[in-house]
Amino acid sequence: MTIEVLVPNLPESVADAVLVAWHKQPGDSVQKDDNLVDLETDKIVLEVPAPENGILKSIDQPNGATVSSGQLLAIIDVNGSEEPISAIDGSPNIGRQAPTLSPSVRRLIKENNLNPSSIIGTGRDGRLTKVDVLNFLETQNNNSKQTTSAQVESANVIENKTPVLTKPGENRPQQRVPMTRLRARVAQRLLQAQQNAAMLTTFNEVNLNSVIALRNQYKSHFENQHEIKLGFMSFFVKASIEALKRFPIINASVDEEDIIYHGYYDVGIAVSTERGLLVPILRDADQLDFANIEKAIAGFGKKVRDGNISVDDLTGGTFTITNGGTFGSMMSTPILNPPQSAILGMHAIKDRPIVENNEIVIRPMMYLALSYDHRIIDGREAVQFLSSIKEYLEDPARLLLSI
Amino acid sequence: MATNVNHSDVIVVGAGPAGYIAAIRCAQLGFDTVCIDNWKDKKGSAALGGTCINAGCIPSKALLDSSDLYDTVKSGLANKGIKVAGIELDLPAMISHKDQVISRLTDKIALLFKSNGIKTIHGSAKLLDGKRVEIKSVNGPEATQTISSDNIILAAGSSPINISTAPTDGEFIVDSTDALNFSSVPKTLGIIGAGIVGCELGSIWRRLGSKVILLEAQEEFLTIADRDIAREACRQYQAQGLDIRLGCRVMSAKKTSKHISLQYEDTDGNHRLQLDRLIVAVGRKPNSGNLFAPEADLLLDENGFVHIDEQGMTNLPGVYAIGDLCQGPMLAHKGIEEGMLVAENIAGKEFKLDYRLIPSVIYTEPEIAWVGQTEQALRAAGEDINIGVFPFDANSRALVMDKHPGLVKIIANAQTDRVLGVHIVGTRASELIAEAVLAMEFSASSEDLARTIHAHPTLAESVHEAALAVDHRALHIPH
Repeated sequence: MTIEVLVPNLPESVADAVLVAWHKQPGDSVQKDDNLVDLETDKIVLEVPAPENGILKSIDQPNGATVSSGQLLAIIDVNGSEEPISAIDGSPNIGRQAPTLSPSVRRLIKENNLNPSSIIGTGRDGRLTKVDVLNFLETQNNNSKQTTSAQVESANVIENKTPVLTKPGENRPQQRVPMTRLRARVAQRLLQAQQNAAMLTTFNEVNLNSVIALRNQYKSHFENQHEIKLGFMSFFVKASIEALKRFPIINASVDEEDIIYHGYYDVGIAVSTERGLLVPILRDADQLDFANIEKAIAGFGKKVRDGNISVDDLTGGTFTITNGGTFGSMMSTPILNPPQSAILGMHAIKDRPIVENNEIVIRPMMYLALSYDHRIIDGREAVQFLSSIKEYLEDPARLLLSI
Repeated sequence: MATNVNHSDVIVVGAGPAGYIAAIRCAQLGFDTVCIDNWKDKKGSAALGGTCINAGCIPSKALLDSSDLYDTVKSGLANKGIKVAGIELDLPAMISHKDQVISRLTDKIALLFKSNGIKTIHGSAKLLDGKRVEIKSVNGPEATQTISSDNIILAAGSSPINISTAPTDGEFIVDSTDALNFSSVPKTLGIIGAGIVGCELGSIWRRLGSKVILLEAQEEFLTIADRDIAREACRQYQAQGLDIRLGCRVMSAKKTSKHISLQYEDTDGNHRLQLDRLIVAVGRKPNSGNLFAPEADLLLDENGFVHIDEQGMTNLPGVYAIGDLCQGPMLAHKGIEEGMLVAENIAGKEFKLDYRLIPSVIYTEPEIAWVGQTEQALRAAGEDINIGVFPFDANSRALVMDKHPGLVKIIANAQTDRVLGVHIVGTRASELIAEAVLAMEFSASSEDLARTIHAHPTLAESVHEAALAVDHRALHIPH
């Protein structure tokens, strides 16, 4: 009996996925939940697990193929599949090896010290062909021939000589690496955000003394009670939501010539990963208490580290908070996360001298930045919104009393 | 009148290579299969295997093989220290041997059918509407039975094309089938058409002693092959004594009391030939003419080929067509491949027919074989290519065998080095080509062939050297 392995349902915002690499080959025995293949979408890399134990019978899509929801990926033979027999020394049975590399491919891999699994194969059953490796090398090692020839040309014009073979730029180290699909998509969206919105940034600063005092006072109690550390993010989320309630235009989106006021608060928390920027969403964040906010954020952190974050986790959001302070940024102008109209930037907390009651005191200060879409948010609302956040943070009792 | 109306899972019309393979595969897949075939052997009995076994591939190869042995023994063993005297040809015995091979194979197929539980009917089939097939006796026009089925596979094959200027009479002016059964070796033999069949038949009778004149209408010889291969083949054939005339239009051919008088026209004007026998080998046409009743409404194209989609289905649901009935090279292995795929498709798969890598073979000596694209086609398409050629006379095995006319030509894409075409003229080319087909199935580059060890000394090494030659690195030819 055979079963089909299909591309999982991709959410509506994701049109298709690229099949990055098969981890199993026809003939290999697979265990239920073994990762068969990686599919890369605009946002994340999905793993496709084997639904049952069996032998992988055939692969329908090769490495590098573009696939859509429900498409056939592979067929697993579940009939008569035996438990893999361990060798005497207890090590697991090795299934059939990945397809052997052809002679020309072997030579190219050896000469250029390449890792075959990092190259997409377009041959039968995803095998690497000579041209697959040649193309990979070309994208890697391409010298910018245009600049060198331009330099030579300008040199000729100046010196009025026939060109000599020395090219000024040729020996400078350079490496051309294609963007991952994720980064390419992020790059595209960021550019779109700048081009479509009338984006600018307003700044303020916040005195986090009260928040810090509150944390210090209750942190162990909080941790004991809720089994999660009391961080800063919960304060910022809470403060942002209260401010969003007062200034609903900040929580709105532009759609052509309409303004869509969202009656819910899905707050995105920007996270920096090695693959790029990810923004998991706290759904209905207004209904989460401090502990649940902290737990949700910690949960996302774990998912991202484990590579388990789903597309649903990353889709949507009405407002985003980004924290450049973790890297030491003092002040910055964050880019909007379309189709949202505003984004709050948190920064590093630094002890600075400020004036309180006519005296110079040292307080833990943070610069706040709010980038917003001027098409629907006017300067006045943006400034007042940011001031509200500052007020809530400087006097957390106001969060309690909604004033 | 229609009598029984039996119903089966699959009816296969035709037991040639496409049909009998389809029938066997269907039976293997568990289908209740009936196969109808109308071939009558010399005794008027049923003979499975179609044109291939009865009148085409097999008998021609048998005679090519026998005649080649005769030719070799008669002409060229003295230099190897073998003196031969008193060599005689017993043509009836040679023909009889050929017939024995045929009946061995037709019996084999009958046995395979039996062991697979395939019901065989000796009769002429006609497709009716409603997935029914009417079967008439091979000997007369009366209908014997009508059967129906869930699926019908039409594999009725093809027949030699007749031309009105040279109507066949089965004895003097013949088609390719009867050309394999001459009772005596013709002194002068004319062949209209210098394609694959014409060259093979010409070779057989030339070796047995005929003076052979091939009349080809096209200006160039063997246009389906790569130019270099066609040129080399023509040289070899002419060196063997085949008289190949190009650009000839046959105006008339008539049997007179003593011989056949043939008149043809070329750029030089009118010519007359006197021949003892004439073979018409201008091509084959699909047997779709009487295949179906008008109400069945089977869709044919303008050349009479049965229209099929990518999965082999005709315009009628549940009715498939394979082999020479359909467009594409009229080769047994193409029909076989289609037969297998269509059987699988009936079983629910959705295999698509793929014609890219079908090898072609001409069984003259030297043999000719090729797979993929010719140089002329690639250049016309503007493709940037590298070519490697290796002559058989630089191959040690060919020299040992005294079979050194020939060459291997490999064409690869200049940027990707992917092998796009492999063309061989030379002894055993029919076997050597298999390596090329396999390599191309795996998108091999010429370098892959060059880096694969080929045993020494073999003819196959020529493939290896030609691959090296693509990169200007051949070792056994000077530069």
